[in-house]
Amino acid sequence: MSTIASSIHPDAGTATPGRIYIFKRYERFWHWSQAALIITMLVTGFEVHGSHQLLGFGRAVRLHTLAAWALLLLWAFTIFWQFTTGEWRQYLPTLKKVDAMARYYAWGMFRGTPHPYQKTVQRKHNPLQRLAYLALLAMVSPLIWGSGLLYLFRAFWPQFGVDRWLTLEWVAWAHTAGAFMMLTFFIVHVYLTTTGHTPTAHIKSMITGWEDVDEPGAH
Amino acid sequence: MADPTHPQLWAPPPCDAIHRLAWTGADRRWRRRWLAGLVMLGLSTAASALPVAASAPGAAAAVAAVAASAPSKALRSTADHSKFKELQGPFQSGEEVTKVCIGCHTEAARQVMGTRHWTWEYTNPQTGQKLGKKTMLNSFCIGDRSNEAFCQSCHVGYGWKDASFDFKAESKVDCLVCHHTGGYKKPAGLAGEVPTVRTEYPPGSGKFFEPVDLARVAQAIGKTSTATCGSCHYYGGGGDGVKHGDLDSSLNRASRELDVHMASKAQGGAGFSCATCHQSDGHKIAGSRITMTASDPHGPMLRGDSVHNSGRNAASCQSCHGDKPHKQGLLQVELLNNHTNKLACQSCHVPAFARGGVATKMAWDWSTAGRLTPEGKPIQKKDAHGHVIYDSRKGDFKLGENVVPEYLWFNGRVTYTTQEDKIRGGSVVKINTFHGSPDDPAARIWPVKRFQGKQPYDLVHGHLLVPHTATPDDSAFWFNFDWPKALQAGAEATGKAYSGRHDFIATEMLWPITHMVAPKEQALRCSQCHTGAAQSRLGSLAGVYLPARDAHPWIDRIGWLAVLAALAGVAVHALARIVTARRSPAAH
Repeated sequence: MSTIASSIHPDAGTATPGRIYIFKRYERFWHWSQAALIITMLVTGFEVHGSHQLLGFGRAVRLHTLAAWALLLLWAFTIFWQFTTGEWRQYLPTLKKVDAMARYYAWGMFRGTPHPYQKTVQRKHNPLQRLAYLALLAMVSPLIWGSGLLYLFRAFWPQFGVDRWLTLEWVAWAHTAGAFMMLTFFIVHVYLTTTGHTPTAHIKSMITGWEDVDEPGAH
Repeated sequence: MADPTHPQLWAPPPCDAIHRLAWTGADRRWRRRWLAGLVMLGLSTAASALPVAASAPGAAAAVAAVAASAPSKALRSTADHSKFKELQGPFQSGEEVTKVCIGCHTEAARQVMGTRHWTWEYTNPQTGQKLGKKTMLNSFCIGDRSNEAFCQSCHVGYGWKDASFDFKAESKVDCLVCHHTGGYKKPAGLAGEVPTVRTEYPPGSGKFFEPVDLARVAQAIGKTSTATCGSCHYYGGGGDGVKHGDLDSSLNRASRELDVHMASKAQGGAGFSCATCHQSDGHKIAGSRITMTASDPHGPMLRGDSVHNSGRNAASCQSCHGDKPHKQGLLQVELLNNHTNKLACQSCHVPAFARGGVATKMAWDWSTAGRLTPEGKPIQKKDAHGHVIYDSRKGDFKLGENVVPEYLWFNGRVTYTTQEDKIRGGSVVKINTFHGSPDDPAARIWPVKRFQGKQPYDLVHGHLLVPHTATPDDSAFWFNFDWPKALQAGAEATGKAYSGRHDFIATEMLWPITHMVAPKEQALRCSQCHTGAAQSRLGSLAGVYLPARDAHPWIDRIGWLAVLAALAGVAVHALARIVTARRSPAAH
């Protein structure tokens, strides 16, 4: 659907001077609904963990469970979208320019050096982003989903003999560890959205889809 | 009592509650057919009755009169006992009535004599321990021996006043105490005899037991009721609600909030009597607190013959509700039913005990008994609620209402400390021990009442002592306030030595909490257990990972450290950006 939408978009994939259409409609929908679900799950999850008592334990569990199902559904659509559009390639890791990116964040940014990475529709993530998202996909996600689904289906453990080799304790520990990783990622991720050429540039582009590209002359 | 501000909006459908429970959604079609069948049956009965009514108006009037005057009983029973000439009386004693009963119900007395209601004796098949009321001790009145004439008013027989009682005499079985429908009472002191003439007791006291009209009682015989069972089971320990905490006379007229099963249908309950769950078969009654069914991981079973032959306890929650009773949305993945692996139903569904307005005893200290006024008169002290908290005859009491139970792992096995066991001063003597651990597949987390006692033991022989207390004579403590005399008499009756030197030792007794099941809206909320150990009902009970209570300390430490590090890093980075941006505003 989004491919159709983007293909009929007058500017789709074309580089209008100064602006590119970088985040397609489905992608933006995915990003923000996922953001809402992850925030919901962080809040409710840490209540289930005992860190606060905002909603009441029972409501937190129900919301957490419903958000998990919603996110699963969202992911099902998103995986489909990634493969049909070929967007999955955006997550292939590269070490090229990683050092330059790291130097930019640690040093160059404060001295006004230009961003070492030029975003394009084909390569919308910088090398550090690629690595971070791959780590999220390959490590944190399996940890959270694996432990989370085991947690959710606890009632069926005896039927499949799972309780002979696994305890809820270990599952909860793994899930909590994953949650801390996700929270840490979330903090850094939100902060890095402010590191565009203006503090809100990245956020705007995730809302509208359009990203201002630096004037070639500025480099 | 029902809350008058809450009008009853929902009335249970007129089908049997148990069937309703056993049926699943898929059986709804069957229920409709079943109801349709019932309606047709009713119509055909009415139709067949009509021609008779038309041909014989007098008979019709008689039928109508019977239907109007004696409705449910006449419809339910095939025998009207008031018409039996054998039951016209007069009867001089309970035994005379029993002889009439067993003239027709030939096996009834022998059936009763095979039960603990008669023998007060029981060998625990799991432990081999000899138990039963005859030998067991408790932390309340302590023991029945030497006090039989008093305690045995709750024996299902007539005249057990000492060891000479004939346990083989069928006529001694008391049918009426369980099957009467009113007007029958066996006062404490008469060894289970029923007074048929006005009797002064204790002799010379000026207090009288009123006589019971046995013929009237016998003619109105019926099924056991909540009140007949309760006439003994509510009053264990010498008063209403004293022992159990979840059994007291408030259940006779339970509100829905007090007990969703025992409340009448008019009150919005299920209208159960005790025997609805505690099903009997040949006078054997399901359910026991000495060998309990702590877990029953099976589906519901149908009532009837199979209950007793199935090897399962009919009195468990699961025998009607099954072990997966909660209906939840598919997305919740059996979240609540999963709790049945660890919890007894009662842990959530009996939120507190002694909820019906009758206080239960939580502690009894015998060591302070015997304080008298300067004139030598016994005293009684009451608290603000009118509950007796000190009695010269008994000592100090603590009472409780709406008591939150304690919770422990329990597999159904109970062992008792008897007089055979050596006890040592210094530690609390556990009068009974509930066994079970988290690793035991039969164990579940159970709610219990923990009762604290302080009772006499022999300093030389090191065993618990049974005092003679209750019957008026020159050694009973309640009449003489003389411990050595009372303990000597008790020791003689129990066949245990008394050295003449005694002291009082702290004891503890557990009572399973299983009655007073609240409506589901009043079951525990998740957060009453799922919270920090200080607030959690389960406290720091081991053997279960309880989300919101438990965590791995290092995962939490490292996790929060990572979160803090990220926040700090981000803050420093942002600050650096702000500072450098000011210094070189033209940079970008």
